[in-house]
Amino acid sequence: MSLSRRSVVVVAAAAALLAGGCGGQSNSGSTATGTGGAAEKVTVEWWNISTTEPLKSFWVKKVKEYQDAHPNVTIKNVPIENEAFKAKLTTVTQSGKTPDLFTTWGGGVLKQQIDAGLVKDLSSEAATWIADFTPAALQAYQFDQKTYGIPHDIGMVGFWYNKELFEKAGITTPPATWTEFLDAVKKLKAAGVTPIALAGKEKWPGHYYWAYLAMRIAGLDALKQAAVDDDFTKPDFIAAGQKLKELVDLQPFQKGFLGAGYGTSDGQAAAMGNGKAAMELMGQWAPSVQSDVGKGLGDKLGFFPFPAVEGGKGSISDAFGGGGGYSVGVNAPPAALDFLKFISSKEIHKQEVETGAVLPVLKGEEGVVKDPNLSVVAKQLASATGFQLYLDQAYPPAVGQEVNDSVAALIAGSKTPEQVSQAITETAKSE
Amino acid sequence: MTRPALTDRPPAAPDPPRRAGRASGPSRRRRRLGVLVTITLFVLPALVLFTLLVLAPIALAAYTSLFKWNGLGGLPQNWIGLDNYTRMFADEVFLGDLRRGGLLIVLSLVIQLPLSLGLAMLLNQKMRGRAFYRLVFFAPYVLSEVITGVLFTMILSPEAGLANQILGTVGLSGLQSSWLAEPDTVMMSLFLVMTWKYFGFHMILYLAGRQGIPKELGEAAAIDGAGPWKQFRHVTLPLLGPTIRISVFLSVIGAIQLFDLVWVLTAGGPIHSSETMAVTMFQFGFKRSQIGYASAISVVMFLISLIFALAYQRFVMRRDTQGAITTMGDQR
Repeated sequence: MSLSRRSVVVVAAAAALLAGGCGGQSNSGSTATGTGGAAEKVTVEWWNISTTEPLKSFWVKKVKEYQDAHPNVTIKNVPIENEAFKAKLTTVTQSGKTPDLFTTWGGGVLKQQIDAGLVKDLSSEAATWIADFTPAALQAYQFDQKTYGIPHDIGMVGFWYNKELFEKAGITTPPATWTEFLDAVKKLKAAGVTPIALAGKEKWPGHYYWAYLAMRIAGLDALKQAAVDDDFTKPDFIAAGQKLKELVDLQPFQKGFLGAGYGTSDGQAAAMGNGKAAMELMGQWAPSVQSDVGKGLGDKLGFFPFPAVEGGKGSISDAFGGGGGYSVGVNAPPAALDFLKFISSKEIHKQEVETGAVLPVLKGEEGVVKDPNLSVVAKQLASATGFQLYLDQAYPPAVGQEVNDSVAALIAGSKTPEQVSQAITETAKSE
Repeated sequence: MTRPALTDRPPAAPDPPRRAGRASGPSRRRRRLGVLVTITLFVLPALVLFTLLVLAPIALAAYTSLFKWNGLGGLPQNWIGLDNYTRMFADEVFLGDLRRGGLLIVLSLVIQLPLSLGLAMLLNQKMRGRAFYRLVFFAPYVLSEVITGVLFTMILSPEAGLANQILGTVGLSGLQSSWLAEPDTVMMSLFLVMTWKYFGFHMILYLAGRQGIPKELGEAAAIDGAGPWKQFRHVTLPLLGPTIRISVFLSVIGAIQLFDLVWVLTAGGPIHSSETMAVTMFQFGFKRSQIGYASAISVVMFLISLIFALAYQRFVMRRDTQGAITTMGDQR
């Protein structure tokens, strides 16, 4: 009998441990909430994606500075790798919670979180300092004239090209119109050079082409309206698909591009970085990835904006891109917003830009960028006449993925331009 | 008069007179209660875990599959009945998943398992370096799916991959291929990698089964004039039956649930031509945040596996599971 009584205790202890284990996890959010008084101890949980240098140690330093100035506040700095972050945040938000402060890319995903009542509206509390940010940088976090996130990085997509290979093909100036662009592709092919590197396995790089063509042909307002009306079947959108098809028909991509990754050892960035392809349509991070997975092009690398389309409603100076920022959980303590204000201040953001890891989001900061490639992008952005967030982030996730999927199918030759418009419209209507 | 059952008390047991008639009832009941408590204590932890981690999620998935739900904002609200299921069976990608799953199962059964069986028979012979070969053939199974996937994306890379380089060097450039990068070749390439990964596991199963067959049976057959083929066909193969049935079972279930290898190798592409049910589910659940639809896919996956497992155990493995202790090691 004594034996079974002991086993009761053991089992009870095990059960308690189990329950404690489960409970501990769900509590982690609430420990940070509730406390508000100045003298009280407060913990702010901060999820970010700065897992690599220079930002990793930069933030450790800044967190320490803040804590020294505010002894009652503990900042729990939790850097999580990009993809893992998305999966982890999805899981947490689905249980109805968020960290106090977390990385966001804005757009459709943030909108869903806002609709679920998880994200704090910063419009009034941060009104004084929100005004310092450039409109392009803020756009991804604003819905119905309210601001739900503070930008930290901004960038844009454009063509990165290998000057040497362009010269070899006899192209003296980068193409400014779609016709010139197709001519350049033909010349490169004739010179025995692979014109474009593309990561077909990952679908997001392909969607840049369709998105930019839609921007150039239909214009920014039409893209926004299409998302409201759930209608992408207007002739301008079909024309975007047809222009892309003109390019695809020239077979400009590297061999086996349908299976190629972006940052892998034989992927898109490596093909560019090793001089095996003449150009890629990619964001401001392209040069650093090129030299990470390939040799890098150094001075031979150039940048030109996505060409204009003759007769299109969009301008060549409209930029397409995105960045990163931070949102505040709806139950976060006031200290979370205060810390966000601290790391978003002109002084600290300037230091952040100087590390070379991010581009300016505050007005008049372009001069701080030292890297020549990034400087070009920063100047383009500063003079941009309009800005469009990545479609797979601007739209609800299902619509964004449908854009990626359908455009990938168009590039692989299994969907027509009309079917692409149709598929995106159907998904948008069902959301 | 038969022997009394062990649990029964001998009727003639001399009880002390003061407890006679009353004592045996309560004490037996108390003992039975003790047994019950013991059973409960032993079963409870497992039962609680099983309910929490297996049954509850299945029930939850079945419930959410009836809603249109993006996973946010508390409980699902938008009840749409069986719409997710009708949508699924009208979706080309999902129907393709079923076709591709079937293809992988057939290929596994027709090519992978016979290959493993042949190798097992070969490595059962006395030969030099036998232990070494066994080790080498089993080694791929020890690697994780992700490592295998990364390894083969490099080997099968169309431009710089080892496979095309070797084929080119030995003058077989006609066999060079885009492997994972073409819709036409991707399934065969995927199957190649699967075979590389799993044949060693099935080989070890067969080898273990083969070694459990007494030598005398083969010798007796030889004395009766059976040649090697007849010995294999009429002695070894029938006696390997239980092993083969288990190996087929694991192979089929593994093919139905295939995810990580595909995810790393191709992510389901190009244009869905190597997508499996699990990959489609992940795409909708985690990329498109359509949790309701993804749940519906997972429910169908579960039902297919369950029905197959039950039917297989009922009709094919009936003799094996009766009385025998079968450890169905997890193939994954």
